[in-house]
Amino acid sequence: MEFLYFPGCTLYTKAQNLDEAGRECAKALGFELKELSNWTCCGATFPLAKDNIMALAPPARILARAKEEGSVLTTLCSVCFNVIKRTNELIKGDKEKREKINTFIEMDYQGDLQVLHYLEILKGEVGFDTIKGALKKDLQGMRIAPFYGCMLLRPFEEMEFDDKEAPTIFEEFLEAIRCEPVDFPYKSECCGAFQSVGAPEVATECAYAILNSALRNGAEAVTTTCPLCQFNIDNMQREIHQKYNGFPGIPIIYFTQLLGLAMGLPIETLGFHRNDVDPRPLLEKKGLL
Amino acid sequence: MKIEVSRNKVHNEFAQKVEEISGQNLFACYQCGNCTAGCPVSFAMDLGPHQVIRYSLLGLEEEVLECNTFWMCASCLQCTSRCPKGLDIARIMEAIRLVILRKRERLDHLEVAELSEDFMERVPQIALISGFRKFTS
Repeated sequence: MEFLYFPGCTLYTKAQNLDEAGRECAKALGFELKELSNWTCCGATFPLAKDNIMALAPPARILARAKEEGSVLTTLCSVCFNVIKRTNELIKGDKEKREKINTFIEMDYQGDLQVLHYLEILKGEVGFDTIKGALKKDLQGMRIAPFYGCMLLRPFEEMEFDDKEAPTIFEEFLEAIRCEPVDFPYKSECCGAFQSVGAPEVATECAYAILNSALRNGAEAVTTTCPLCQFNIDNMQREIHQKYNGFPGIPIIYFTQLLGLAMGLPIETLGFHRNDVDPRPLLEKKGLL
Repeated sequence: MKIEVSRNKVHNEFAQKVEEISGQNLFACYQCGNCTAGCPVSFAMDLGPHQVIRYSLLGLEEEVLECNTFWMCASCLQCTSRCPKGLDIARIMEAIRLVILRKRERLDHLEVAELSEDFMERVPQIALISGFRKFTS
């Protein structure tokens, strides 16, 4: 099995732990992530103005180039996934915009690439049963809150990823690697997104509400697929501590890191030193290091 | 607040511009408030998103452009996914941001110079790029 892989900008810098663990897990599970030979930033936002066609050029160009190299494109980052998948749907369904975009990028792309998130590959292509058979370490007893955030799920009609109010794919994944998924009401709330730049105090409140809810429901760690969520709920815990004295803090671990851990991959390939709230004391306590 | 309602005001230029950029029919809104109830950042907003829609239709352009609602919006699409009338409210918020950002004065909502050195070292580019795309022209 081979899938084209679009890492996106942040996975080359601050989110190397998401990227590297994802690549290592793919190798160990026997599928290949073939990085696109020529890619740019996707733009990190899907343009919501109907007349903003310019912002569709970067994701459209990524898709058109990918089409020359394969037929299924995957990402790890939820934001990239959202931007690229929505652009793909738009190109598929809107003839007028498709022609305009193709004229501008001087390529001919019809929207006929399949765009899948890595989690969908794990579920649909590899299969959670295969993963269960490949486990080397027992994560039983790890109480993990799956944080979906927004971009994997919404808008539901275009993303067609999972149920919009009660998604389960993340829980299924956690169960497959023998973690105990913690259900909490904030699992598909917003982390504050780019408000960490525009209004950090507002983003901090969003992050606090999410983490507090996870903690109250008994989570020992939270897992994400998104480097923007990760920043807001991991790095910004510094701001939460300043505002809320009694906040105990909680490690935020990328789902690829958990998968790599369960599959017994060498710990140094999983980049735990890059997580802001160090998850290693928890892993040590659980006898996993 | 005393609001004068007239046919001319309801069909005002501002509301039409918002409709044009967003591709949404503001008149479809029946003020149920679902968008505001589900909004994760409504606690920080001067007006709820449903109020912004109503104000726009009432021709209260100045009040709308001066509130912080659309600057607080994080485009998480919770409102969009829950609107019983199928309105894409996140697109409406984006349209109002653009009414301001597309003016000749180019009044950006955010300046790079305002961000601290410490923050610039911590922040991943995904946050910077999306932030500057939303807050600058």
